Amino acid sequence: MSIPTNNKQVVVIDKANKRKYMLEKMSSRIFLICALLSVLTLVLIIGFVFYKGAHPFVAEGYSFIDFIFGKDWVPSEDKFGIFPMIVASIFATIGALIIGVPIGLFTSIFLAEIASKRVAKIISPAIQLLAGIPSVLYGVFGLAIIVPFLQNTFGLVKGQSLLAVILVLAIMMLPTIVTVAETAIRAVPQTYREGSLALGVSHIGTIFKVIVPAAKSGIMTAIVLGLGRAIGETMAVILVAGNSLIVPTSLTDSVRPLTTNIALEMGYAFGTHQDMLFATGIVLFSFILILNFVLAKISAKGGN
Amino acid sequence: MIQLKDKLLRGLLWISAFLSVAVLVMIVGFIFYKGINLISFSFIFGDYSPTGGGGIWPMIVTTIYTILISLIIATPIGIFAAVYLQEYAKQGRLVRTIRFATESLTGIPSIIYGLFGAVFFVTTLKLGMSIIAASLTLTIIVLPVIIRTTEEALKTVPLSYREGSLALGTTKLQTLYKVILPSAMPGVLSGIILSIGRIVGESAAIFLTAGTVAAMPDSIFSSARTLTVHAYLVTQESGDIELAAAVGIVLIVIILVINLSATFISKKLNRATNK
Repeated sequence: MSIPTNNKQVVVIDKANKRKYMLEKMSSRIFLICALLSVLTLVLIIGFVFYKGAHPFVAEGYSFIDFIFGKDWVPSEDKFGIFPMIVASIFATIGALIIGVPIGLFTSIFLAEIASKRVAKIISPAIQLLAGIPSVLYGVFGLAIIVPFLQNTFGLVKGQSLLAVILVLAIMMLPTIVTVAETAIRAVPQTYREGSLALGVSHIGTIFKVIVPAAKSGIMTAIVLGLGRAIGETMAVILVAGNSLIVPTSLTDSVRPLTTNIALEMGYAFGTHQDMLFATGIVLFSFILILNFVLAKISAKGGN
Repeated sequence: MIQLKDKLLRGLLWISAFLSVAVLVMIVGFIFYKGINLISFSFIFGDYSPTGGGGIWPMIVTTIYTILISLIIATPIGIFAAVYLQEYAKQGRLVRTIRFATESLTGIPSIIYGLFGAVFFVTTLKLGMSIIAASLTLTIIVLPVIIRTTEEALKTVPLSYREGSLALGTTKLQTLYKVILPSAMPGVLSGIILSIGRIVGESAAIFLTAGTVAAMPDSIFSSARTLTVHAYLVTQESGDIELAAAVGIVLIVIILVINLSATFISKKLNRATNK
């Protein structure tokens, strides 16, 4: 580039530079605004859901205690109690965890440590693919296979039950848990294995005493992600839950978890009834926050 | 004693792996077995008829609309947000707040997004139950996915690229779109493809915001149903498992294609950038 010799050229370059600086400044502003959008949407979501959900309790004098512990949900009679749904959601989630976590975890250990490379190369991507299958299809499978199976095995009037929900959710969380936990286990350094084996520990002993503890944080992430998928699941659950408004006392009772209540009634609800569905959403939301918090505590404790 | 325990545990590992694979194979097998008889050219490309025997073309079109609209909005915003977080922001309170918000958005179940979409986009913004309301809701759902994957991709671009470019006298913006973004492209693309998978698989949020009208949408402001919502409704309302399974086959094939193209693209681009 030649050195500008007259004033005219200096002005031209000055102008070009000014435009460049403007562009730089503007673009960094735009990037900032885009980044702030996610904060804004979070605030909007919480704001709107809580505003709508809190309205009946703040402005219309409904009792929040009756809402949480009330056993009757009859919108036409102005009765809004979601206790049966809370119990159903808790049981369904815990049940799915009890079945899904050990099987998923053991499968991931198998794929990472025991299976031959060739077998793992076929199975792992297949399971990864299954994690992407729309959850509705798990519900269709549950209704067509699991529900009739339970009906026949236990001689039930209808097979749609808490147990059916638990099984469908456990199956649904499997691919997520397996995929994430397998990655975590594979990331454990080879030297850990070699060190343990060199000390005379058996292969299985090495896996459970050295490798799994070393991969603990990744495994916890796997469980949290699987749980997240199970707890928020709606459409698949509607298909197999039966949707009865009773407090479940056995695994074969028909249930209505929190998510299903929202989806089933949102289409025609208005006024206080609709607000109560938002309140149901708040309860579900808090439920998830508490569970994530507890799991984070557990994994932090395990880390020590 | 130790040997016995080892054997027992080894057996459990085998049984678990077998169970997982068996159940998952069963699900895919079941969907294909039940639905394959319905799959035909006229089923996929034919118009829907409520009396039965019609095709699912309106649902496919609706699904494509939702994918396109939400990606058109979410992709630039997501990439810009990630660029801000990785390239521009000074680490501090603001960045921590943004990160926290993004992470929290990932953990919210889709039914809550549906509630929000129903009150904000459908009612407050008066968009009504429509494809556009559902797409905007989906935009919020996939935004964190795109931000996170783009951030990861930006992290892998070596610092020397930035230094080299800046040392040549380019501005930060020029470095960004001539050097950094191109080398982060594979990661960004796989994030976008992941988002497509998420949109295709979503049902609850769409159910509450797009409604259930089973007809070819006139415009993006009309109510319509996506493939997943259709699969749900035919099962719930008429117990038509075969039809649901046939829709399931279409969904599984879409997911398969999405996954394969993600692997393909990232491999191809990785090779291109490593040259």
